[in-house]
Amino acid sequence: MSTKRVITYAEAINEALREEMKADPNVILLGEDIGAYGGVFKVTKGLLDEFGSDRVIDTPISETGFTGAGIGAAMTGMKPVVEIMWVDFTLVAMDQILNQAAKMTYMSGGQTKVPLVIRTQGGGGRGNAAQHSQSLETMFAHVPGLKVVVPSTPYDAKGLLKSSIREECPVIFIEHKMLYNQKGEVPSEEYFIPLGQADIKREGKDVTIVSLSRMVHFCLDAARELQNEGIEAEVIDLRTLVPLDLELVKKSVQKTHRLVIVHEATRSYGWGAEVAARIQEEAFDELDAPVLRVGAEDVPIPYNLNLEKEMLPQVRDIVDAARNALYLSV
Amino acid sequence: MGQLLQFFELGEQTWHGDQRKAEEAWRTMNLIRAFEEKCIELYKQGLMGGSLHSYIGQEAVATGVCMNLNTDDYITISYRGRGQAIAKGADPYKLFAEMLGRKDGYCKGKGGPMHIACRELGILGANGIVGAGIPIAVGAALTAKNKKTGQIALTFFGDGATNQGAFHEALNLAAVLKLPVVFVCENNLYAEMTPIKHSTLNEDLAERGAAYRIPSIVVDGNDVRAVHEATKTAVDRARSGEGPTLIEAKTYRLVGHMFGDPETYRTKEEVAEWRQKEPIKRFRQVCLDEKLLDEDRLDEIQNQIYKEIDTVAKRAMEADQPGMEEIFTDVY
Ligand SMILES: Cc1ncc(C[n+]2csc(CCOP(=O)(O)OP(=O)(O)O)c2C)c(N)n1
Ligand SMILES: [Mg+2]
Repeated sequence: MSTKRVITYAEAINEALREEMKADPNVILLGEDIGAYGGVFKVTKGLLDEFGSDRVIDTPISETGFTGAGIGAAMTGMKPVVEIMWVDFTLVAMDQILNQAAKMTYMSGGQTKVPLVIRTQGGGGRGNAAQHSQSLETMFAHVPGLKVVVPSTPYDAKGLLKSSIREECPVIFIEHKMLYNQKGEVPSEEYFIPLGQADIKREGKDVTIVSLSRMVHFCLDAARELQNEGIEAEVIDLRTLVPLDLELVKKSVQKTHRLVIVHEATRSYGWGAEVAARIQEEAFDELDAPVLRVGAEDVPIPYNLNLEKEMLPQVRDIVDAARNALYLSV
Repeated sequence: MGQLLQFFELGEQTWHGDQRKAEEAWRTMNLIRAFEEKCIELYKQGLMGGSLHSYIGQEAVATGVCMNLNTDDYITISYRGRGQAIAKGADPYKLFAEMLGRKDGYCKGKGGPMHIACRELGILGANGIVGAGIPIAVGAALTAKNKKTGQIALTFFGDGATNQGAFHEALNLAAVLKLPVVFVCENNLYAEMTPIKHSTLNEDLAERGAAYRIPSIVVDGNDVRAVHEATKTAVDRARSGEGPTLIEAKTYRLVGHMFGDPETYRTKEEVAEWRQKEPIKRFRQVCLDEKLLDEDRLDEIQNQIYKEIDTVAKRAMEADQPGMEEIFTDVY
């Protein structure tokens, strides 16, 4: 990281797309309003001008159609990056994603590769209500055959997206709508972050807090509050759900002996349950307290901003969980 | 295909001397406009969450269509759906309260601007997923047919929604089962920032209805009388068991796709041109030319509506927030 440079999460993703399109003429983009308009979150800004309408393709509102077309193109030599404007709309195209893209390589006995990236964005916090605020990463992680990337910073977003585009399998790349304007350091030199490497965002010795996407920032805020009480929390950003870097979590738990898992997705059947199960299977003796989960309440997301805030995990909830894991009264 | 696709032309005698109809249409269109203008004000003040998709410019469609419906007829609508809700009889106070996320709102503040629903008025729900309400209306029509209730179902959706698989599957199903449903496509020329001519090669989207052997009518969506008459044919067909009809109402949204839309995809001249053809202005002229309502009466109704909307919005702004316990109700 020689050249210090600060850009937004949206700009970082834009750079990754631009660099990969320059590097490989087979990389094409498909999605709604991504061309002339530059995407509703401005992520694909300028790419139509630079690469032309054969490579930056504005599609009709037909998620099943253009996702499926992305899969077919990927099977036959292209490297499509499909943008589905909101993760909630991936549900319209779920057959193509879960029955087709995820299984194609296996069903064909390895004859077919599907080097496809589906970029989308999720998360709440803006009063967008039940059909525009969900965190659905677990759904994709649950079906073998898809890699799942959920970045929290501009630096991670860029390096992970570049690697995702170079994968040979379908990758679901889920951005967070509340992070697009967030700024961070991104070197001007080219770099890649391999999928499957979690990142310690803050070191600590008392309790491990595992998270991803926007919640990483909430966890860091919680860690600062805990520090005021003399508690040193270690914050781990998984960055990718599939592959899952359990080793780093285990190592951290060997040090802290306490684990709190935080996700914005609803708590029940979320990926937090998977991490908790794996840790107790593989590191039971290391634990000094039950593994705790912080997640959204198990309800659809309400429109009213107060209700939404109460329903989604907040810094306070993470602080409380960490204290609970340390058997301190809340 | 020929007879299946029809271009509606307004008869000279339409609404001739029918002051009651004229007054109803004038009232509803103005109520929608005033409501939507007030929403923009409230949104600017930061009183709403999410995005605001305005219906300004399309009032004649909701108004003309819903004048044919009974209270117990079903409709499904979209994120742009307050206009249709008002035309179906929704109470502006409860609508404002929902826009503001308050307890008195139609959905207790839990649905918001994109999800207006009112079962009492047959409003089955507003969808944030483009095209998703279309098959749901087909299902409501299935109920009406099975139970022989005489109700019909009607669904409002945009031009862009006709590119969704759900639209095509729903149309074919309704045609095959001969269901009492009316499909109303509000073609406002844009799907978000994409001109419809860039995303479909059909000159008239009504062709898509005809492709499924559904009688399909193209109508001037900025002429409330034409919309009313064209829909009447469709509603009569549905009610008498003759099956579905598709209406394509050609219209224009006069403001951005959502509040804050920079509208870089269209010219100021284009918008100005459509302002000349906008439905409220046009209907005022019709009322005067045909001596349906005079200047004084038109102004009186309009002023009264704007006053009423002001009062009602104020009241909604003072309404209570829903209690935190509401997070956990209504889940199953
Ligand atoms: C399945 C799905 N895809 C994309 C969107 C994002 N989106 C919201 S409104 C809209 C445009 C819809 O256009 P149209 O059907 O013409 O209706 P209009 O907004 O013009 O009333 C789009 C693409 C969505 N809400 N749902
Ligand atoms: Mg439209």
